[in-house]
Formats: sequence, structure tokens, C-alpha cells
Amino acid sequence: MEKVIAGYKVDVTEEGYLTDRKQWNKEIAQALAKELGINELTEGHWQVIEFLQKDFEATEKIPTIRRVNKVGNIPTKDLYALFPDGPLMKATKIAGLSKPVSCV
Amino acid sequence: MSTEEGIKKVSIIISKGSLEGIYPGLIMANGARMKGIEANLFFTFFGMDAITKKKMHNIKVATVGNPAMGIPTLIGALPGMSAFATSMMKKQMEELDIPPIPEFIEMISDAGGKIYACLASVEMFKLKKEDFCEQLDGILTVGDFYDLSAGGEIIFT
Repeated sequence: MEKVIAGYKVDVTEEGYLTDRKQWNKEIAQALAKELGINELTEGHWQVIEFLQKDFEATEKIPTIRRVNKVGNIPTKDLYALFPDGPLMKATKIAGLSKPVSCV
Repeated sequence: MSTEEGIKKVSIIISKGSLEGIYPGLIMANGARMKGIEANLFFTFFGMDAITKKKMHNIKVATVGNPAMGIPTLIGALPGMSAFATSMMKKQMEELDIPPIPEFIEMISDAGGKIYACLASVEMFKLKKEDFCEQLDGILTVGDFYDLSAGGEIIFT
């Protein structure tokens, strides 16, 4: 379905995940973050978002939280502090990626 | 991310000390945290092996008395069978990015999940607080556990 985020018309799933990564930009990320209760995307947030995008680019898979820690060098504690209540689900949404489907 | 009627809190009891007895509870606790659900883990009886320093690195698959393994009991009892089955299973899990038990406990704790040991079992096995991994949040009575679990779901594994 279509949705207007930060003034841009984008395609999203029913749960609000962007379906076309090419439609993503930083303003959309900010707006999505706000919707999820994160008022300001800090340097720490961007570090996570950039790793998710880079890793997805390379592997075509959403990384697990363990991989974000081991490969992205982002401590799990920090990840949960930055994106409370569902870190990977929130971070992937803000990063313009699909919803993670892994159990771990 | 949980909806109004969604589950807000889970308390998971891990009572068995085999690999297949421990992992499901850990995966469910971690999965709860991944969804923003509060998670408490309560280790009792041999389940405590998962959080005792001396045992947690050496948890094995039960190859005897486990019909689902498809190995006849007498063969499962041969020396090295359990170690073999364990290493096979660990390899499979590594492929899925499921961490080894000590790392998984650390991950759940870092994710905000709480780790508790059962007082009755601790006394029965004559253990001390020092015998447990550093992630241990406390040793609880059954009553404490029910208090802690109030308003949430309790899952026994």
C-alpha cells in the first residue's frame, strides 16, 4: 500500500515496512523513528542503521542481533537502549528494510 | 511493538539440563525481548547447569531415552555418541546464528532479560552464588518467582 512519509509517497507493507529500498532517505528514517517513539536519531542510531543496510546489501539477509553485535561491533545492550521494545524490528523499519523473520 | 492485548511479560522455567532441554526456553526468552516483552528466566533442578560456570560450557544432547533422535537406546549409550550428536547439533545452530549457551545467556541478560536460580535446587545441589555465571540476577524462592511473574505468562520447559 501507499503511504506519505515526511512528504514522500512510498510503498509500504501492512505493518509499515518500506517495500522498495530505493524510496528510502534520511528524512523518511527520521519520520519513521518518530512514529516508533524515537524522537531524534543520534549518531548511535545511524551507526546501527548504516550497518543493517550495508550488511543487507552484502548478504541479502537481515542480520541477527548477534551479527549486529559480532560483525557490526554494536553491543547488544546499546542496541536495546537505542531502540527499546523490539530493537531489530524498529531498526530495520527505520532503515527501510523488511521485517526480520528470524527467531533469534 | 506488542499490541494492547499482546503479551507483556513472560516467565520461563527451565528445568532440564540437556541441550534440547535448555535451548527452547532460551530462544523463547530472547525472542520475547526482541519483541519488547519483559522476560524472566527461572532455572531449576538440572536446568541450573545452563547458568553454573562449571557446567554451562559442556551441555550435551541426550541420546538415550530420546526416541525422537532415531538412535536405538543401546547405540545411543555408546561412548562418544552424545558428544557426536551434540557437535552435529551445535554446527546446525551456528549456521542459524544461534549462539552457544554461555553467549546466549549473556545476550539475553544484555537484552534486559533476568536470570534467576531456584533456591530449593541451589540448596539441594549445595551451590553458592559464586558457582553461577555473572549474569545471575538472584536466587529466588518459588513464592518470589510467583510474585515476579504476576500479571504475565508462565511457561514451563
